[in-house]
Amino acid sequence: MFWDFEWTFQILPDLMRGLAVTVQATLLGYLIALVLGLAIAMVRRVPVVGTAVHAVMEFVRTTPLLVQLVFVFALAPSTVSALTVGIAVLGVHYSAYTAEVYRSGIEGVARGQWEAARALSLPASRTWGAVVLPQAIRKVIPALGNYLIAMFKDTPLLLAITVVELLAMARQVGSADFRVVEAFTVVGFLFLLVSIPSAIIIRRLERRYAAV
Amino acid sequence: MDFLIERLPVYLDGAWVTVQLTVGGIALAFVLAMFFGVLGTRPGWFPRAVATTYVEVFRGVSALVLMFWMAYALPLITGYQLDGRFAAIVAVGLNVGAYGAEVVRGAINAVPKAQFEATVALDMTWFQRMRLVVLPQAWAQMLPTFGNLSIELMKATAVSYLIGVADITAIAERMRQATGETVLAFSGALILYFLIAQVLIFGVRLLERRANHRLGRTPPGGKGILGLLRPPALTTSGGAK
Amino acid sequence: MPPSDASALINFDQVVKRFGDLTVLDHLDFSVAPGERVTLIGPSGSGKTTILRLLMTLEKVTEGLIEVDGEPFSHMPRGGRMVPANEAYLRPRRKRIGMVFQQFNLFPNMTVRKNLTEAPVHVLGLSRGEANARAEELLDLVGLSDKVDAHPTQLSGGQQQRVAIARALAMRPEILLLDEVTSALDPELVAGVLDVLRTVAETTDITMLCVTHEMGFARDVSHRVLMFDKGRIAEEGTPDEIFGDPREDRTKEFLRSVLDNGH
Repeated sequence: MFWDFEWTFQILPDLMRGLAVTVQATLLGYLIALVLGLAIAMVRRVPVVGTAVHAVMEFVRTTPLLVQLVFVFALAPSTVSALTVGIAVLGVHYSAYTAEVYRSGIEGVARGQWEAARALSLPASRTWGAVVLPQAIRKVIPALGNYLIAMFKDTPLLLAITVVELLAMARQVGSADFRVVEAFTVVGFLFLLVSIPSAIIIRRLERRYAAV
Repeated sequence: MDFLIERLPVYLDGAWVTVQLTVGGIALAFVLAMFFGVLGTRPGWFPRAVATTYVEVFRGVSALVLMFWMAYALPLITGYQLDGRFAAIVAVGLNVGAYGAEVVRGAINAVPKAQFEATVALDMTWFQRMRLVVLPQAWAQMLPTFGNLSIELMKATAVSYLIGVADITAIAERMRQATGETVLAFSGALILYFLIAQVLIFGVRLLERRANHRLGRTPPGGKGILGLLRPPALTTSGGAK
Repeated sequence: MPPSDASALINFDQVVKRFGDLTVLDHLDFSVAPGERVTLIGPSGSGKTTILRLLMTLEKVTEGLIEVDGEPFSHMPRGGRMVPANEAYLRPRRKRIGMVFQQFNLFPNMTVRKNLTEAPVHVLGLSRGEANARAEELLDLVGLSDKVDAHPTQLSGGQQQRVAIARALAMRPEILLLDEVTSALDPELVAGVLDVLRTVAETTDITMLCVTHEMGFARDVSHRVLMFDKGRIAEEGTPDEIFGDPREDRTKEFLRSVLDNGH
């Protein structure tokens, strides 16, 4: 018998602590991706600067997150914690994706909306803040949600820079007792436990916002 | 610069491994995506349940978790230690194949119903209908998302370094430890990944042109070889990461 | 009316507008007096709408100069010569001009009230209370007092366009630009919108530039009609002259085609 239920229940609290780190990294990284991605999408409309920013983000998007993590971690001063580095790199990496999502949303706003804002002499802050972005973001909420799930599934990579998240915790407790089958299998189920319900929620969102 | 030129052969060894993983992963992902994607469009609850289960399970668990499970847990269950490269290819293939299956299913469902009705009128079998009518039309629609997925897959292969495969990432980490040149060691790796990604993008755009040409459509970006260099819009729909 | 009339509110001086190889306005000269209501007619592609879009600064002139109230508008003086006007120069001047669009362009994410108060609050600096009072007064004028809390998507096309007229008027513009405001409407909704505009014309002294195919409306409200063809003014005159006794063949042909289409 390769499966020990009693042991599985024993390690659950440890794994839950790992899951808490995973969730924390995901949410904070996502916050960065949401804000930075929006800034990038807006800057991309500026000539020259926008093109340069786009080129940099293409490089970020087409190279592995793992290498970026290990790279930045090696360069970061030792006063910065591994978790902080992980959250920052995760956020910047995903902002390359969210920027594209926002961009498609912004381009989806009818030209007449920009023109009406101009005809009313609205300042840039109101044109973006009150007219364009509320319409653009509403349309891309499901797409943005997909990246939250994708990001959640990418956080195990943080173990490469010594962050003890869910997978690293499983490796620790599993190898200490030579019971990795249970440890890694439970990790797999925990991921499904979070990502399948989130996928269902996203599909609901799609149905709700697709009609707009 | 000398640093990288001197060590280029070592990096190229790593790049060769990454290319093998990428090509192997894409081949597996493609087969799985086609199989489960088409299965998801079959009538009846059973084929659809099988397809949905595959998609949700392997989309829901990341490639790294799969890889760890295959490299460390599976040997204990079966008694066989998998080759790291094989485990990596299977893990990224299963993972990206799940995303691809959704793309295939969506593209098939997007083929106009009138096309389907025409095949019924022509007394085609299901297999003929798929091969001759539905898939060639759906194919052109799948390709842009497949292009993005192939880059995601290439990026995911970097994770295999954590189970001991000597890919580009592993070489870079080894170089860093041997020389202490962090910036150079990792810049070399990032540039190699970037170049492989550009080759993938270019290849998919060639396929796209061919597919659109066959359907009598003008390829996006315009005609001529220069059209290939124009960036297409990144698709944000289709559920692909 | 001579083009450089000192009393003109709007003056086009040799204005050229090109889109690539296509010349839409060809060395155009014309002016509009304060309080004057001018209707621009002519076949599509003759440059009428472009004139409105240039005045609203939605397009930039290729050559020539537009003046508003005796001041350069499309350009500004800098270092002894004229350079294209920048945002800072345009901001205080553009406020005096309002526009109603063919496609309404109401903000769908805002209620009718918000549509009407957004610019008065954030551009004119009105208090919420003042802006609300003004909005309610204007909604009363366009006959939609009961729709103040509705969203634009809940309104018919005609109602949306009446809200759009109220939105433009909420800025108290001196110049109102009307760009084919009834072209996107179902036939039975046209009359309601035109009635509102007639009221505005009768009760205010707003200078109006109107591009329309509604010849009856043009005849009723305008002081002067300009017939455009190929980026130039083919003929101009009072409504009676243009509609009753056109001199140019192009004008006769155009009027006949419009009447044949059931307008």
